[in-house]
Parts: sequence; C-alpha cells; structure tokens
Amino acid sequence: MIEIKHLYKSFEDRDVLKDINAVFEEGKTNLIIGQSGSGKTVLMKNIVGLFEPTRGEILYDGRDFVRMTKREKVLIRREMGMIFQSAALFDSMSVLENVMFPLDMFSDKNEADRVRRAKFCLDRVNLAGAEDKFPGEISGGMQKRVAIARAIALNPKYLFCDEPNSGLDPKTSLVIDDLIHSITEEYKMTTIINTHDMNSVMGIGENIIYICEGRKEWQGNKDQIMTSTNERLNSFIFASDLFRKVKEANS
Amino acid sequence: MFIVNFLSAFGRYLMLMGRTFSLPERWRMFWKQYVKELTQLGVDSIGIVLLISFFIGAVICIQIKLNIASPWMPNFTTGYTTREIMVLEFSSSIMCLILSGKVGSNIASEIGTMRVTQQIDALEIMGVNSASFLILPKIMGLMTMIPCLVVFSMAAGFVGAYASAIVGIVSVDDLTIGLQHDFRQWFIWMSMIKSFVFAFIIASVSSFYGYTVEGGSFDVGKASTDAVVRSSMLILFADIFLTPLLS
Repeated sequence: MIEIKHLYKSFEDRDVLKDINAVFEEGKTNLIIGQSGSGKTVLMKNIVGLFEPTRGEILYDGRDFVRMTKREKVLIRREMGMIFQSAALFDSMSVLENVMFPLDMFSDKNEADRVRRAKFCLDRVNLAGAEDKFPGEISGGMQKRVAIARAIALNPKYLFCDEPNSGLDPKTSLVIDDLIHSITEEYKMTTIINTHDMNSVMGIGENIIYICEGRKEWQGNKDQIMTSTNERLNSFIFASDLFRKVKEANS
Repeated sequence: MFIVNFLSAFGRYLMLMGRTFSLPERWRMFWKQYVKELTQLGVDSIGIVLLISFFIGAVICIQIKLNIASPWMPNFTTGYTTREIMVLEFSSSIMCLILSGKVGSNIASEIGTMRVTQQIDALEIMGVNSASFLILPKIMGLMTMIPCLVVFSMAAGFVGAYASAIVGIVSVDDLTIGLQHDFRQWFIWMSMIKSFVFAFIIASVSSFYGYTVEGGSFDVGKASTDAVVRSSMLILFADIFLTPLLS
C-alpha cells in the first residue's frame, strides 16, 4: 500500500501539486486521472522519486520515501517496476536482454536461471518467440508488453504505469489494460496507473483519483464515477459524446 | 552572467563526475559495457585514424621536402621534421581533436537520446546509478583505447611518409635516417600521457552534455554540437599547459 499525505510540489513560484492526500491499495489497479497539465505526471514522478516533493510524506507500506537515505531509496526502488509512456526500452539491447537487465543487475541467480525467468516473463505477456528482436523492430503494443515483462522481472511490490495506452489503438489498449490488471491481482502488487484514457477508467478503475489543477478533486471507483455529482469530474469524464450517451442510457 | 553560468555548469559537471566514479553495482555488467565501449569508441575509430594519419604523414613529408628543404639543410631534415610533428603534436593533440568530433558527438547523442526517451529515468527507477553505469565504461574505454590509437596514428604517419618516398619525392634512405635521428623515447610517452588526458576530457565532457539534455531531438543535436566544441576547446587549453609541463 502506498499512502500520500499532504503532498506539495512547486517549481520556482508555481505550485503544481497542492495538498494531495491519497491511499493506493495493494492488489488493486489504482488510477490517477486528469486533464493534460493537471499535475498527474508530476504526482507520479514524486511518488517514484524522480522529483523531490516540496512538502509532504510518501509512505511505502509505512516507510517514508521522502526522508529515506540515498541507500534506502536505492533498495526500495528494487521493489518498484515502471512502465513509461514511451516504453523506454534500451534500444541497444534485444527484447530478451531488456527483460534480463534488472535480473542481471540485481539478481544473484546464475545465467541459466535469469534467462529462464526472463523467458517466463515474456511468455506471461504473450511475447514468446520475440526474444531476439530489437525494440525498433517491434510494434508499439509489443514494446509496451516488453516494458511490462521488464517491470515484473524482479517480482516488484509496486508497479507504476505512466500512460501505458498512449499511442495505441483501442484494441491493443484493452490488451495492455487486461494484462496490467491480471498481473496486479496475480502478484498482489500496488499498481498506480496514470491515464486519461476513459476506456481504461471504465475497464480497470478499482480506485480512481481525479486530479484537477494540482488538487485531488475526487476519489472513488469505476461504478461511482458514473453517478458522481462533481461538476469538474463530470466535465472531464463526459467530455466525449460516447460517454455522455452511455450515462444518459444508464440514467 | 557568463561566469555564473560557467561556474554553475562546472559544479554540475563535478557532481556528475562524483556520481560517475563510484564502484559499479555489478562488475559483470561493467565489464560487458566496458568491452562494448572499447569496440564502439576505440576499435571503430581505427580506420579513420589510420586513413587521416597516413595522408597527413605523406603530406607533411612532401611539404617539407618541396617548401622548406634547402642546400643548407641536411638531407635527413624532412624525415626528422615529419617524425617530430607526428609524434609531438599530430598523433596526440590533432588526432584527439578529430576524435572529439567523431567519438564526442557519438557519446553525447547516445546518452542524450537515452535521456529524452526516458531510458535514463528507467535506470534510475530500477535503482541503478545511471551515471556510473553509462558514463564510467565510456571514460575507461576511451582512456584505454586512445593511447593505442596514438601509436597507430604515428605508425600510419610514417607509412604515409614512406609512401611519398616511394613515389620519388624524397629518398628512402634520407627519410629513414631522419626518422631515426636524435630519437627520444620520452616523446612517445609524452604523447600518450597527453592523449590519456584528452580522452578523459572527450568522454567526460561529452557525457555531461548528453546526460544533462532537456527537451527533444533538437536539444540532443545541440548538446552533441556543444560537446564537440567544448571538448575541443578544453583539449587545446590542456595542450597548452601539458606541453611545457611534460617537455
């Protein structure tokens, strides 16, 4: 479980995050949603330690990440997996080498075991047979799946996904969403997904946090979102005709 | 303003070097990267070093024979001067300036692209010291290979000089006597020590510009150019100080 308490982040004189409080539960897909520029990527970068918060606490199962020493942060980062918007695969390495990378760096297993584990992860994301390809030779959806395989190679406790469906067609997006959801349940991870894809929200949103202008505006799940009376949330969720019609049909 | 910017950049450079020179987390990964860099930065540069050095050696020999030699000078002057130019300056300093263009832009654009495509962020999130993992093998690799390239450059320059002798511009015997006249082994060592320092400048400065890129592909291109310009300037400055120090 990840808890955020009174989190603030400012860049020079601009306040980007203002008093964010949230709980991201274990074994659930936790979604951070919001318009572009609302501060959700900054929030994610604070949680994973790519930015230092101006104020506040970030607790990983009770351990305060902000006040940890450099060494402690390095250790806790080995419990994290992250899927970036651009997949961020190492383009000089093959698919298998990418997935093996965290194992090569941090695992004490012998090479045969590391290869076996990497192949198992690739198989888990339905990419068996693509081991020798390079990131430039595979599609965007496959790259995201390799990123998922790399993220789960060390059995992380926390999984972070920054707009995992960005640039993917709706069908592939569903595959990625289902994969992240099933992996979260299977490995009992605390998963946080940063997205503005409403299909993801309606599909796998077990705990949703809506960020607006740097503040937490609303929290709930995918069922509650349809009946919310929060005007700002509704103007974001039902901006598209499709979801407006779905709501009208439901009501 | 210029001084503030310079000091700020220098401070960030020192901090990056502080992170770079830490013990590798996994030696097997370090050696893997190190061998890769030996090939990419060193072995892949042998061709261009041999080619340029061969022709420069030949041209120096021809220039001296045709434009400087006079009846008042001994016949071995051409070979002697060619050797001194190649050993003392060309193979160390000028060759490193050329390599700063090839290798420096390669390093800056590779690391810069990794930065803008979030590959460095991915390393950091995994708990890897990205500076040490990416930059240390490049610095060590280039510092290992450059002295070898300097020796290859000297050899290729002399072969070039002999090539001009074979076509009849200078006598082979005179050239041989000149190349051997008053030979001081220390000059070879001096050249290699200088190149060792220049290799550190090329690899570390280019890595700094690549690592600190912000933005997109345009910024990577700019960082690559800045890396070449700044490392070339620093090589020239370092040459001015090192030459009297080592002579």
